[in-house]
Amino acid sequence: MGLRKFKLFRGDSREGTMKDFKVEVDQGMVVLDVIHRIQSEQVGDLAVRWNCKAGKCGSCSVEINGKPKLACMTRMNEYSLEETISVRPIKTFPLIKDLVADVSWNYKQNKNIAPFTPDPDKKDNNGNYIMMQEDVDRVQEFRKCIECYLCQNVCHVLRDHDKKNEFVGPRFMIRLASLEMHPLDKADRIENIKNDYGSGMCNITRCCTDVCPEHIQITDNGIIPLKERVVDRYYDPIIWLWNKLFGKPK
Amino acid sequence: MDSNSLFNTQRSDRWWFEPLWTGVGFLCFVIYTTWAMLQGDYYWWSAGVEGFGGYLSPFYSPLIFINPIVNGAAPIDHSWFGSWPEWWPNLIPASPAILILAGPLSFRMTCYYYRKFYYRSYFMSPPGCSVKGIRNKKYKGETALLIFQNLHRFTLYIAIGIIFILSYDAILSFFQGGEFGVGLGSIILTINPILLIGYTFGCHVFRHLSGGHKDCFTCPNGKPTFRYQVWKGVSWLNGRHMMWAWISMIWVAFTDIYVRMVASGYWIDMNTWNN
Amino acid sequence: MNISEIKTVEHDVIVLGAGGAGLRAAIECSMEGLSTGLVCKSLLGKAHTVMAEGGVAASLANVDTRDHWKVHFRDTMRGGKFLNNWRMAELHAREAPARVRELEEWGAVFDRTKSGLINQRNFGGHRYPRLAHVGDRTGLEIIRTLQDHGIHQGIDIYMECTGLDLIKDGDRISGMVGMWRDNGEFIIFKCRAVILATGGGGKAWKITSNSWEYTGDGYGMAYEAGAELMDMEFTQFHPTGMVWPPSVRGTLVTEGVRGEGGILTNSENKRFMYDNIPGRFAAETADSEEEANRWLAGDKDARRPPELLTRDVVARAIRKEVKAGRGSPHGGAYLDIASRRNAEDIKRKLPSMYHQFKVLAELDITNEPMEVGPTLHYFMGGVKVDANTQMTRVPGLFACGECAAGVHGANRLGGNSLSDLLVCGKLAGSGVVNYIKSINNNLNLNNVAIQKIIRSATDILNREKGENPYLIHEDLQELMQNNVGIVRTDELLSEGLDGLSNLWKKFNNVKADGASQFNPGWHQAISLRNLLVTAESVARAAKMREESRGAHTRVDFEGERDEWLQYNVVISKSNEGTMIADKVMRDEPDPELKRIAELSIEELENEVLLEKGQ
Repeated sequence: MGLRKFKLFRGDSREGTMKDFKVEVDQGMVVLDVIHRIQSEQVGDLAVRWNCKAGKCGSCSVEINGKPKLACMTRMNEYSLEETISVRPIKTFPLIKDLVADVSWNYKQNKNIAPFTPDPDKKDNNGNYIMMQEDVDRVQEFRKCIECYLCQNVCHVLRDHDKKNEFVGPRFMIRLASLEMHPLDKADRIENIKNDYGSGMCNITRCCTDVCPEHIQITDNGIIPLKERVVDRYYDPIIWLWNKLFGKPK
Repeated sequence: MDSNSLFNTQRSDRWWFEPLWTGVGFLCFVIYTTWAMLQGDYYWWSAGVEGFGGYLSPFYSPLIFINPIVNGAAPIDHSWFGSWPEWWPNLIPASPAILILAGPLSFRMTCYYYRKFYYRSYFMSPPGCSVKGIRNKKYKGETALLIFQNLHRFTLYIAIGIIFILSYDAILSFFQGGEFGVGLGSIILTINPILLIGYTFGCHVFRHLSGGHKDCFTCPNGKPTFRYQVWKGVSWLNGRHMMWAWISMIWVAFTDIYVRMVASGYWIDMNTWNN
Repeated sequence: MNISEIKTVEHDVIVLGAGGAGLRAAIECSMEGLSTGLVCKSLLGKAHTVMAEGGVAASLANVDTRDHWKVHFRDTMRGGKFLNNWRMAELHAREAPARVRELEEWGAVFDRTKSGLINQRNFGGHRYPRLAHVGDRTGLEIIRTLQDHGIHQGIDIYMECTGLDLIKDGDRISGMVGMWRDNGEFIIFKCRAVILATGGGGKAWKITSNSWEYTGDGYGMAYEAGAELMDMEFTQFHPTGMVWPPSVRGTLVTEGVRGEGGILTNSENKRFMYDNIPGRFAAETADSEEEANRWLAGDKDARRPPELLTRDVVARAIRKEVKAGRGSPHGGAYLDIASRRNAEDIKRKLPSMYHQFKVLAELDITNEPMEVGPTLHYFMGGVKVDANTQMTRVPGLFACGECAAGVHGANRLGGNSLSDLLVCGKLAGSGVVNYIKSINNNLNLNNVAIQKIIRSATDILNREKGENPYLIHEDLQELMQNNVGIVRTDELLSEGLDGLSNLWKKFNNVKADGASQFNPGWHQAISLRNLLVTAESVARAAKMREESRGAHTRVDFEGERDEWLQYNVVISKSNEGTMIADKVMRDEPDPELKRIAELSIEELENEVLLEKGQ
């Protein structure tokens, strides 16, 4: 298929520039293949994160021509032959080197979320938990998440406003949704969702959903339902009055 | 270019296209609506025939007060509270639409879809994905000034009420002076509440209230509940909320245009009443 | 290099590898109150377990109530051609259901049956629908569940940190040297036990479903530390890897496609698996398309279609078709689900397969057949460990998951890997807990050994010039693909061993460019030692085993030989530092286990029925 033009970011947190490469591209290649070819033929120490190369692990998140994407699932034939393809590291998190960013902040967020707390009363006589497919469909959608953090990267609350202390980001909003909507879970995280995890910081501009490689409806199915659960608890005077008069429903 | 400046991005595609057309499109609607609202005339057509029935512009429904002397006004007996009150300040045009539009407008302005596009198109927060928006160190999302967005569910209740009113108007449109018939206007006025139903009942809040707030759809007996079926249906609509939002909005404006044009005599309504 | 400048951290136990086995082992250690460090090469949650698609095998008997651990055990032994460690296979089958239920307790959300239980699907070699699953992303579900549970157990996690080598105090394990991938700094772990959960070494082959991480680190480190490797000749070639386009050649296509009814055809549109049913399985396999169709429709009396024979059988059959000129355009066979299931079902049951082919091959599997061919997938062999404790012959060194040998014998059944890593991960954790209780003397770190480990890593950067690590790796992959592939001969293997000794020489002079900061070339060079140990041990074991059994096929010694059923091939490092392979006599099986494994399926079903009736 001939020589194609590439620009890759080379550098670390102190300094770095976009470097030009020309590389032979074969049929069926994805951007990650080209990066590997550059790595093995031209610059052996080019840093890039990857694992499964099939869109299942979420390691190779980068920005290709400015768009947050998985390098392993971006085919070269998405771009015209003349186009120069630029690859940069994800911008929202501190750079380590070249195309690799330090995403450890995300792991800290997960640790702050109250873990799954099953209700033992929901076991049958044989010790099996009973859940219907209709009840787990919603939760399973969120659990498709491969933790590529593209949603965290594109979320303007984290990316532009750097509110990492006030908002856990879309990835963890759907983690929270998967717990809150879990038919067996009995922990209550609504107060934390409002006060600590920052559901109000999201202004539902949906870039997280746009970039999700697993096509999870992060905004519609995850964040908005959580916002509404927060409204139930904190902003709905009718529910408040009802609970005052008749007591909280179990 | 400074990497912190507005619109800074490495994207090479036409990311600006969507915020631009939605921004301009909605602006057109707002301009037209404001103009139509201020007119206060040509919102009713029954071919001059008195009695039950006629075409009523959705912008002017319900008829709280009526000023019967303007052109294209509804007969006074259609008014809920009679003629326009004496105390109405002169500065504000005596148009019933001013009282009415606040309801649907509040529903749309707090709608989760509209919020997406106007935050993007008008507030540049952000203008596009991985495109630099307006720098704002004090960004608070919807926790401070915009906290009222949490009241969306109350605007839903208003919107549902308006659907009933507009459905009644659709029935009115099949009668001209009490005589049953069908006109192009009747069809347009009937489509209007149908589209609004698609939009209103696909609302995220309705999805939450109708079933989304439950963690279990099959409790207590392991069979999917009626609530679950409703939630599924609402979810289907909700998945197409943007489409419903746009077509229902355009159709409302078009319905007003249609009634206005027919009432002012520019367009001839095709109908079975032979006028 | 001044060792005092290197950061030293102290734990009771270090778990190397954070896939399913490592996480499960770490959770067990931590729950028992041990100070636990979990060291992994990638970010947490990215390990190869996420690639497991089909499901986790456990005789929950939710879908077919006739299922029982004994049947699972029998299936596993037969799939492994009776070379499995009997006790391990027993423990595996017995404990798998509890391990799966425990996952649900920790938040896993499996697909459900109509009555709300964990759903189970059919898979190759399993008598009943036995694989608990979540669409075709079961591995992701399991690793995420363990990860989300594990982070609340007080485990210290060292992400993107490579384990270099183990440190011993006398005979016993006393620590490990690691290296941070991001800045290239070294770290010393002082500990009383190490659990190796590093997976296999598939990256030594060219066509493989394995990622860069699969460099046999556990094999290399255990071998260097004096432990033994066993059954290394049994490398599983998964029958269905992608073959086109070239850049994804080898990427896995789940066996779930066949479990859901997918069929294999050749270029003449013939279901060739009917001609490839081995005698041992003939009684339990459908012999007509009509019967196979009835089975797919849910008829419990119908026998299973031959596409669901064990992986070794299917892989060889595909290879045979291709050799005979009846392959697909890019040298594979056709795997067709489109004509068997409607598009809706396919997308629901196999969403990630649909997505994978759509994006990577621009092919709609609801419309067209896939092209598939064998791809190196799994090591049945590995570090030799005790069945009950998972400890090697080196005190304090444990191994579990793919890294350890024994459960699967000569061939692994699909779905048995996820159950293996849960069961054996927990066993290794308990093994460590008991081991640590038994020792009380303080262990010391050997500074000379540490110096040596660090120097061998830094030499690679400091050499003036030398061999390119990427090219050595490519040569190795080419060599293993050609000489130690799906079919083997003495000649090919001898040639392979010669090639390997050349590569060893090149490796001794390997040079990586650049600095120590996140340098993949350097990381590659460091991993070559483990890859070469892995490759050589497979080649030597394969040369020694003069028969064809399970995943090990010798054209010059066709068929299973009873004599070889008595032996395992065990690899170890001699005092002179050379690799030696030994024929080691296997232990006598427990008579009860032997009886169960040798029952006919009807006899066993009756026995189980009686037992359940009581």
